[in-house]
Amino acid sequence: MKMPMKSPEFDMSGLGQRLAGQQGPELWRSLEQLADTPAFREAVDNEFAAGAPEWNDGLSRRRFLQLMAASLALAGLHGCTRPAEEKIVPYVNQPQGMTPGKPLYYASTHTLGGLGRGILVEQNMGRPTKVDGNDLHPATPGFDNPLPTAMRFGAADIIALASILSLYDPERSQTVKRVGRVSSWETFALSMEEELARLTPRQGEGLRILTEATSSPTLADQFNRLKVKFPAAQWHQYEPVNQDMVRAGAMLAFGQDVRPIYHFDKTVVVLVLESDFLIIGPAAVRYAHDFAWQRRVRTDRPTMSRLYAVESNLTSTGSVADHRLALKPSDIERFVGALAAKLGVSGGGAADAQGLDADWLAAVAEDLQAAAGNATALVVAGESASPRVQALTHAINVKLNAVGSTVTFIEPVHAFPVEHAESLTQLVADMQAGQVSTLIVIGANPLHNAPGDIDFAGALKKVPLRVHMGLYEDETAFQSHWHIPLAHELETWGDARAFDGTVSLIQPMIAPLYQGRSPHELLALLLGDGRRSSQRVVKDFWLKRWGGVDSEIAWRKALHDGVIENSAAEVRQVTLAPVGAWAAADPKPTGSDTLEVSFQVDTAVYDGRYANNAWLQELPRPVTKLVWDNAAHISPATAARLGLVNGEVMHLSAGTRGVDAPVWITPGHADDCVTLPLGYGRTRAGEVGTGVGFNAYLLRSATSPWHESGVTWRKTGLNHKLVTTQMHHSMEGRGFVRTGTLLDFIHDPEHITAHGHQKKNGVPLTLYEPFTYEGTQWGMSIDLTSCVGCNACVIACQSENNIPVVGKEQVSNGREMQWMRIDHYFEGDAHQPDASHVQPVACMHCESAPCEVVCPVGATTHSDDGLNEMTYNRCVGTRYCSNNCPYKVRRFNFLEYQRPMAPSLELMQNPQVTVRQRGVMEKCTYCVQRIRRADIDARTDSREIYDGEVVTACQASCPTQAIVFGNINDPASRVSQEKAPKQPHAYGLLSELNTKPRTTYLARIRNLNPKLAPQSPAGGAAQH
Amino acid sequence: MARIFSPGINTIARTTAFGLPVLVMLVFGAVRGWQDSSYITGVGRAVNQPVPFSHQHHVAGLGIDCRFCHTSVEDSSFANVPATETCMQCHSQIWTNAEMLEPVRESFRTGKRIEWTRVHDLPDFVYFDHSVHVAKGVACVTCHGQVDQMPMMAKASSLYMQWCLECHRHPEVNLRPTDRVNDMAWNWQKEAQGSAGPPGIQSINTKVVPQLRVQGAPQAGAFQSGVVQPGAAYPNAAYQGTAAVDSQALFDAYRIRTQGITNCSACHR
Repeated sequence: MKMPMKSPEFDMSGLGQRLAGQQGPELWRSLEQLADTPAFREAVDNEFAAGAPEWNDGLSRRRFLQLMAASLALAGLHGCTRPAEEKIVPYVNQPQGMTPGKPLYYASTHTLGGLGRGILVEQNMGRPTKVDGNDLHPATPGFDNPLPTAMRFGAADIIALASILSLYDPERSQTVKRVGRVSSWETFALSMEEELARLTPRQGEGLRILTEATSSPTLADQFNRLKVKFPAAQWHQYEPVNQDMVRAGAMLAFGQDVRPIYHFDKTVVVLVLESDFLIIGPAAVRYAHDFAWQRRVRTDRPTMSRLYAVESNLTSTGSVADHRLALKPSDIERFVGALAAKLGVSGGGAADAQGLDADWLAAVAEDLQAAAGNATALVVAGESASPRVQALTHAINVKLNAVGSTVTFIEPVHAFPVEHAESLTQLVADMQAGQVSTLIVIGANPLHNAPGDIDFAGALKKVPLRVHMGLYEDETAFQSHWHIPLAHELETWGDARAFDGTVSLIQPMIAPLYQGRSPHELLALLLGDGRRSSQRVVKDFWLKRWGGVDSEIAWRKALHDGVIENSAAEVRQVTLAPVGAWAAADPKPTGSDTLEVSFQVDTAVYDGRYANNAWLQELPRPVTKLVWDNAAHISPATAARLGLVNGEVMHLSAGTRGVDAPVWITPGHADDCVTLPLGYGRTRAGEVGTGVGFNAYLLRSATSPWHESGVTWRKTGLNHKLVTTQMHHSMEGRGFVRTGTLLDFIHDPEHITAHGHQKKNGVPLTLYEPFTYEGTQWGMSIDLTSCVGCNACVIACQSENNIPVVGKEQVSNGREMQWMRIDHYFEGDAHQPDASHVQPVACMHCESAPCEVVCPVGATTHSDDGLNEMTYNRCVGTRYCSNNCPYKVRRFNFLEYQRPMAPSLELMQNPQVTVRQRGVMEKCTYCVQRIRRADIDARTDSREIYDGEVVTACQASCPTQAIVFGNINDPASRVSQEKAPKQPHAYGLLSELNTKPRTTYLARIRNLNPKLAPQSPAGGAAQH
Repeated sequence: MARIFSPGINTIARTTAFGLPVLVMLVFGAVRGWQDSSYITGVGRAVNQPVPFSHQHHVAGLGIDCRFCHTSVEDSSFANVPATETCMQCHSQIWTNAEMLEPVRESFRTGKRIEWTRVHDLPDFVYFDHSVHVAKGVACVTCHGQVDQMPMMAKASSLYMQWCLECHRHPEVNLRPTDRVNDMAWNWQKEAQGSAGPPGIQSINTKVVPQLRVQGAPQAGAFQSGVVQPGAAYPNAAYQGTAAVDSQALFDAYRIRTQGITNCSACHR
């Protein structure tokens, strides 16, 4: 199969000419499409790529046909025999409160970077099957469901949603091991007690514990007690994605370690520096929720906030921004300095920093200043921004009256906040010096993710007793004497604090599948009461803290709600430190003979810990749509200058550190710098994650973990196959994403969605029999202004609907199975696009569905309530339906992706959805299982279905509430408010084909600054 | 020129021309008959179980309500098979030494679950829901047959899709008052004559209909009017003793919506 994005003869020079001939803004998905090469044409014309139906993975086609013939014969015979007997295995003692066949929901907590996010876990007969956000938790607010009796789901991010797959991962570590041999917890406990007996007289000298960042009050209490027992022992923390920079910035600006909390629901003008705050981080869901609230443009609310983004790589947040400036990291620092100077903040840089876009700077400064009057301005620096940028940002926010309004400060939420790089450096120095006799690593995996200039592996060899506790037998476990399986968060007890300090409890959804133990149990062992379960440890801690007779009630309430009431951290007053602390000189512009490197948290596998999660690996990354890989992102201009093409491997080196990385040309990237996503290149992640991508940690340094300047590069002459879904399932036609400015919306909203091909007057001709849809009719609306492209809906759908993963090879053949896809479009210039847009696409449930009429066996039909149904047991796999679908939303099981399925993964399947086999077409069903459940409940009670009773999986997970679902025949329903005629900017995708899609979109509205985009008020930016 | 066909060919040709279709029909008929035979459908064939549980004894003999054991039938898609402790509620007192109950006692002792063999087993791509059927007055006996006459449990219907559709296309035919759903010998004549015995527990109708906690009026009482009021569920006085008239009255009273009940996704998801 030809991969359009990889063709080496890709010609950048022709682009300029082609673009010059364009009238008005043009939407495009990839550079290849823009150049309109023959390879691109071919890819669009062939929906099923050449060779897609062939089995080419180890099993020959011939052998496969033999197997198939055999299975066909067996299938034929199957009809003539009795069905196999099945068993019913009832409980011995049925648990109270459980109705067999009905799911139960429990609140718990999922942690990221040590901070908690609320989750609600669906449990079917004792098996957790689906994770959603917990509406009551501050980090995971849900959508404003009008129906309080309905299940209140909160939103969630992809990592929390995909954690269910990690729980059932058959490759998780399953047993205690001693030097690679199977052992037991009891043996370990005995051995540890001996060790502790030796340590006690020395007051624990030589005992070191390395953990990741944690906010657990119980764990903190245990560490405190350990400190009393072993005063000479030390606790180190290392997490590669940490808040060191935030901490250092706050110390610079305020002289105290405080952490910012942003209130995007109060903002009108936001400037974001090098931060993907909408999709990455423990507070991302909440921030995206609040941010989207301010940009919810409707006829009765024609206002929205404005977002400026300054960043080096094109992130999701950058895509959402109304104005975006691509700058390399050193220029970002100069930009902030100049902005500070312009706003009159002392200690800034030169106000007219050379080489920066002066107009842009002036317009942003003016806009921010205007919003400062009513304290609605905000500047946000990412966690990777340098301390000086952080400090300048704080100073600017103080100047803009933002502090106390759009940003507040609290004490660090983490238990014993330390500087992680320093903590690790010190540990390694002590290990080298032979001062560490026992090292206990809990959760952390420094052998993979320590910076390249810290020789953790070498130092580790000098430690006489090394204990590792982790979810996987990873790189660090391999070099340890003892390995203890860590219990997954869905199978143990614990607690965690949210980004704002709110405490929530972790409760097990299932008994540990693989003898996992919690850190609390290990700590209890060190404290000398090793027989205590994690439940006892956590519960005793809280009962003691609460005290009194009501503590048991409080415990139960906390478990039920998932949060402990009123436990958020108090707002700290801050005063700016005397000027001078951050008034360093601006970094000098770097020469073009070397590159600047910026490291980025990966949007899917985070810091690498989720590398073995196949859902995340196969998730098309925002913007690039790369799967199963990371790549060195560079701008088209830099690629042209260096003579690099997509997939070409280059060697980057800084001093003695170096890494080989395949290149990915990213429009919108800043010139002369490279962005490297962290978290790949695992060597012992498991079958899924091992050997995927390159390890960018090798190039990282402890002193400057996020940026590296003066990096030299050379070609290696190698090529790496990068797979992207950018051009898969591409639709012919134009006007998919329709955009307009806020001014357009106010003055001439119809113009935004007006479309060249659409007949405005008269009834379009149709061959379909007219049909009146009565009663409840389902429909969906997706707001493109709110959507940030975070992919949560894709994973939620995958989890809800038992969708398989297919692997990198299969994706490269266009066989990915996700029912939802997020299309990404660039607008305008090929080097620095004027804008970029995202559009979630799933089955539109057309009223005049082209797929239905071509099915020869009636496997896809229309239901009375307007669903385009897919009946798997009827489908014979002709694929005619997919050929005839203009939206390309149907997915075909080319191979038996679900079989053989690991027994543990069988437990994960949603019992309400059929697990599809080979040769069957499938697609979005509007979560028909949830609709039918609500339908049956309503029928049982002899009533109609309430508005908000059916929440689709994608809708529930959406942090920005971009997706709304409901009965379009009910004028009062929420979804009806989001459609025409209530909203003039609603439009149907390819509705000019007269398919009458039930899913409609709200056009993307951008709040452009007139000074930066001088356009006529009426629809200058609308698509034609 | 020699003849190509001998005269005997005529007979063969005639036989084939008429015989082949007949043969084909016979083969189809045989296959169809085979498919519908109780050997394949399992209708009427008692299934071996670890404990020879007799519905006849427990239902007809002792008069135990279906829902005493199958507790989730009104609330869930799945009508559960009782937990071991349900059996032991009685059998820790009576028949405590019976040989045939040893597997039950063993299960209770050891915590090992009893593995019953499924009698009514739908394909995995079929989603059936007990609760809505019971709530709308479809009786246990309609699908499961007279279990009170089954010493060992056996299927009473094929559970084929065609069989489901017969009812889903004309749901009014098989309705009865919801407090009679577990009555094995009930019919309209008995109801009209008053000889059907005292009504069973009206657990569906007396079930508390969840009150809407919506802000303001819940959509102008649109669904409130549809709620079957406890006690006044069906027009008692109107019983004519004729199934057609009376079940149509129930069809209206229970507000059975036929919209969607023959959709593919009603059962296949």
